[in-house]
Amino acid sequence: MMTPDAPVLAIDDLVIEIDGNRIVDHVSLAVGSGRILAIVGESGCGKSLTALSVLGLLPKAAEIRQGAIRLNGRDLTGLDEAALSQVRGNEATIIFQEPVASLNPLMRVGEQVEEALILHRGLSGKAARAEAIAMMTRVGIPDAARRARQYPFELSGGMCQRIMIASALICRPALLIADEPTTALDVTIQAQILDLMRRLREEVGTAIVLITHDMGVVADLADDVCVMYGGRIVESGPVEPIFAAPRHPYTKLLLATIPTLQGQRKAILRTIEGMVPSAGAWPDGCRFRSRCPLADGACLEPPPLALVEAGAFSSHAAACWHSARIEALA
Amino acid sequence: MSAPLLQVRDLKVHFKLRQGVGARGGVVKAVDGVSFDVHAGRTLALVGESGCGKSTTAYAVIGLEQATGGTILFDGRDVTGLKGRDRAALAQEIQIVFQDPSAALDPKMSICDSIAEPLAIAGWSRNDRRRRVIELLDRVGLPAAFSERLPSALSGGQRQRVVIARALALSPRLLILDEPVSALDVSIRSQVLNLLLELQRELDLAYLFISHDLSVVRHIADEAMVLYLGTVAESGPIDAMFEAPRHPYTQALLSAIPLPDPVLQRRREKIILTGDLPSPLSPPPGCPFISRCPIRVDICATARPALKDARSGTQAACFVRTA
Repeated sequence: MMTPDAPVLAIDDLVIEIDGNRIVDHVSLAVGSGRILAIVGESGCGKSLTALSVLGLLPKAAEIRQGAIRLNGRDLTGLDEAALSQVRGNEATIIFQEPVASLNPLMRVGEQVEEALILHRGLSGKAARAEAIAMMTRVGIPDAARRARQYPFELSGGMCQRIMIASALICRPALLIADEPTTALDVTIQAQILDLMRRLREEVGTAIVLITHDMGVVADLADDVCVMYGGRIVESGPVEPIFAAPRHPYTKLLLATIPTLQGQRKAILRTIEGMVPSAGAWPDGCRFRSRCPLADGACLEPPPLALVEAGAFSSHAAACWHSARIEALA
Repeated sequence: MSAPLLQVRDLKVHFKLRQGVGARGGVVKAVDGVSFDVHAGRTLALVGESGCGKSTTAYAVIGLEQATGGTILFDGRDVTGLKGRDRAALAQEIQIVFQDPSAALDPKMSICDSIAEPLAIAGWSRNDRRRRVIELLDRVGLPAAFSERLPSALSGGQRQRVVIARALALSPRLLILDEPVSALDVSIRSQVLNLLLELQRELDLAYLFISHDLSVVRHIADEAMVLYLGTVAESGPIDAMFEAPRHPYTQALLSAIPLPDPVLQRRREKIILTGDLPSPLSPPPGCPFISRCPIRVDICATARPALKDARSGTQAACFVRTA
């Protein structure tokens, strides 16, 4: 029996390795029904691998070494391909950055939306088509019955992303993973898609894991945030304190490097020295140590993800020995 | 202010589509009557969504696209449609930096050879080239030891520095920056933006800056021009554009940027445009923005609005807002 507030997705102490390098290192996170969790980080931080592992979509070279991935209480890590394909597109779905590349170019978009209904729910073609058109209308595709007969190349990028969202949501999944869903789209179309995701989580109650590097998108949409660096979660918590009072130097500096609409124009922007080390070249101890202005001898020991003391939010946590003197970075 | 370094007047870049099996023919007006100035030491940003003509405009300036109408003056000299030797000479004055530094560098060429290539073409001696490369690496903040490396040994941010160094090799006066930080990691972007600002100050460079990231545009540019379907929707000084935009498209674009502040972002009013950009093959006959415009009136369907003073410091092409 599930308790009502049990998380839809719970990742517990996940370790993923590629060629002996720990790309995802002891990651734990949870998302509840109707909640949006953003995983933020730069390329190579492990955010996409974490997400792909949920659906059993890891590249061949990647292996789960440890940990559990529970969807509505059931561990997915031991499932075989047949069992996983019952989960994918049904209980849990994913949309990617490039909507046009994610769709089958030789298949009418309506067929791609209804496919999951026929596969997982055993609906007839006719019933599935009607539901597909209803879902397409719901995600904001005008004239959906006509559009359903078109091919992806006949649709704009924004329309293709709506098709992807419609096909991802058609089976009312408990979990939607959105991997950079608006990165390839123009801002006015991005605004439409973000608005759509916000409405759908309210109406459908799907739990959403949003993977992005865009702090603006996080601020717009997320309830909770995990900031990843070097395969580890360095900070997590509700969106407000992460932005208003970050307690990990990486989060704080990352926010400070972004030009804002209120900042001093042409002023020298805050920078983070150096670059993201490649996998396997991480320093021992805290992996941000090599770029962190606060680093000292203590950082040779890896810091645990610990709750921030005296915070207004009980679930705000940071993995930094010096999070109490983060103000020194101001 | 001194005379503009670059003056573009009524620029048109029209593409004829081939007629034949499966093709309807017709003309795509990728750029249709765009005018602007860029001054030494200053930055003009071209802003708009994909397909608005911002890259085509920039490519016409550097000769990567053929202007089908209008004039391009560089330093007072008409450079529209230059060919051969004259075009090559102009390349010493105008250089371009693209979005993806990995695609812009030959993977089998050392950093030194890549940066020295324009110098070699211009006839510099081996020793002079060598000296200049070291100087350029230093200028963009890379150690001299990098000169013998291959691009694969560098990070994305370092590669973009190399591309900028190569663009600076022959001391150009105008740099076209086509989404120069969009492909870089977030923590690296501010490093490269700082470098661009520093170079502009030190070398009095003029920048034609193309970006879809409006926060970056506001930070780096002095003026901005918003393009829509190959025409100018609004242009003006950056403060007026961001604080008092008058064209409904500029307003929608600005309100669509998600601000990295959850409290502010969730509280502010957003204008969410419906629909997509119309096909450039069949643009609306009147105002190009009419199909998505929340404030359209009758005249917008039949006449195209001209750029007019919007009394907010900007110029806007809108019947309603410049009435």
